[in-house]
Amino acid sequence: MATATVTVEDAKTGEVTEAVYEHPFIVRFCHWLNVVALFVMVGSGLQIFRAFPSFGAKIPQKDLLNWPKAFALGGWLGGALQWHLTFMWIYIGTGLVYLGYQTFSGNYKQVLFVRRDLPGVWPMLRHYFFFGPKPPMKEAYNPLQKHAYTTVIGLGVLSVVTGLAVWKPVQFSWLAWMMGGFHYARVWHFAIMWAILAFVFGHLVMVALHGWNNFVSMLTGWKKNPEYTVE
Amino acid sequence: MDSRKFRAMNRRELLKLTPLLALGAFAIPKLQTPLLKAGLGFSDWASARLFRGSHLAPTFADSELTPFNKFPINDYDVDDPQVDFDRWTLTVSGAVQKPGDYTLAQISQLPKITQNTKHICVEGWDVIGRFGGARLSDFLRMVGADTTARFLYVECADDYYESLDMATALHPQSLLCYEMYGQPLTREHGAPLRLTLPTKIGYKQAKYLTDLKVTNVLERVGYWEDQGYSSFYGL
Repeated sequence: MATATVTVEDAKTGEVTEAVYEHPFIVRFCHWLNVVALFVMVGSGLQIFRAFPSFGAKIPQKDLLNWPKAFALGGWLGGALQWHLTFMWIYIGTGLVYLGYQTFSGNYKQVLFVRRDLPGVWPMLRHYFFFGPKPPMKEAYNPLQKHAYTTVIGLGVLSVVTGLAVWKPVQFSWLAWMMGGFHYARVWHFAIMWAILAFVFGHLVMVALHGWNNFVSMLTGWKKNPEYTVE
Repeated sequence: MDSRKFRAMNRRELLKLTPLLALGAFAIPKLQTPLLKAGLGFSDWASARLFRGSHLAPTFADSELTPFNKFPINDYDVDDPQVDFDRWTLTVSGAVQKPGDYTLAQISQLPKITQNTKHICVEGWDVIGRFGGARLSDFLRMVGADTTARFLYVECADDYYESLDMATALHPQSLLCYEMYGQPLTREHGAPLRLTLPTKIGYKQAKYLTDLKVTNVLERVGYWEDQGYSSFYGL
């Protein structure tokens, strides 16, 4: 998809800056809806986990960790299940709208990590972690960003699939079986949540490092003075 | 483009996101309860659609059984509600041709089914047990139940109560269970009669049954359901 660019001329000073339309409306809408849905799913999920904070036997029960109630949502198991079973529809719906839009608009090219992105991985790693020079950029996302976004979207899909196996281990017994049964479907569901949270942490750090102008682009779609040159 | 025009365009794009503020309704205490109730209700509706009466829950080899002494005993108040076995009957009422009191001897005359199935608790743990008993569907036929009725409602010796949709009641693995691990049911596990429902979550599988009613209207759904848990909770 061709990216729209405009030149903005300041009414007073006459200064000219470039601006690029980076995030289509559907993507921004889904992003922020997902922020809320994911927050609720994780918070209520952790409260559900508190009811049996173990992946071993019930007798004898060995707790994996004592997750603090203050960092959970729903107050009790029944309340948390209400949140979880309500927001899962929002979470799934958001994901479907996002994936559908990206696929049919062609905008997926902005985020999908493909073979062509491979050569750019090392220069970017060198820049981030070993003080290497910043590689020139010709698109919105660098190869590492694309890799991160592609991975987390895959994790999002897996969180739904594993969740389905935990919720319906009989009707979708084949799905649960593929994951090693209900018991392991629950383990996968939990592990995938932490993988998503690891992404969220890294994402927030990067957003903080890249400043206000970059952050605003996820609200308005437009980014002033992009770091890259659009061809 | 003029910078003022650009700012106006940015503002418009930002305003397009305002429908998201509707989610704030979940933060308003007065709206939160009905919204979550609707969400849970929708999930239950979807659960009922996903249920297939002929799809069997997985069964397991004897070697996969959880040892009997590690099969959890979960109650809401007492392990043993002191059922008098000599005088115990299951009182059947509602939309049935032959209401009345049924003895354990009558129930055990029905074909006996033994199955190794998984018991999953809403808390998240799961065990595999060996359950023996009569098919609930056979019993319903014996008492002449109207199987077009919507629900089964049961009461227990310990004031626990539960309900079940008819489709699940007629499922071939739904049992009136009087045996576990080849032995008569122990008091802690619900003697003399409990429900075993491999297609349902644990709290639906009531113990110490005393009353069974076939009905189209539920005054109460279940001990946990009436506190906010899922009404259907099919697995």
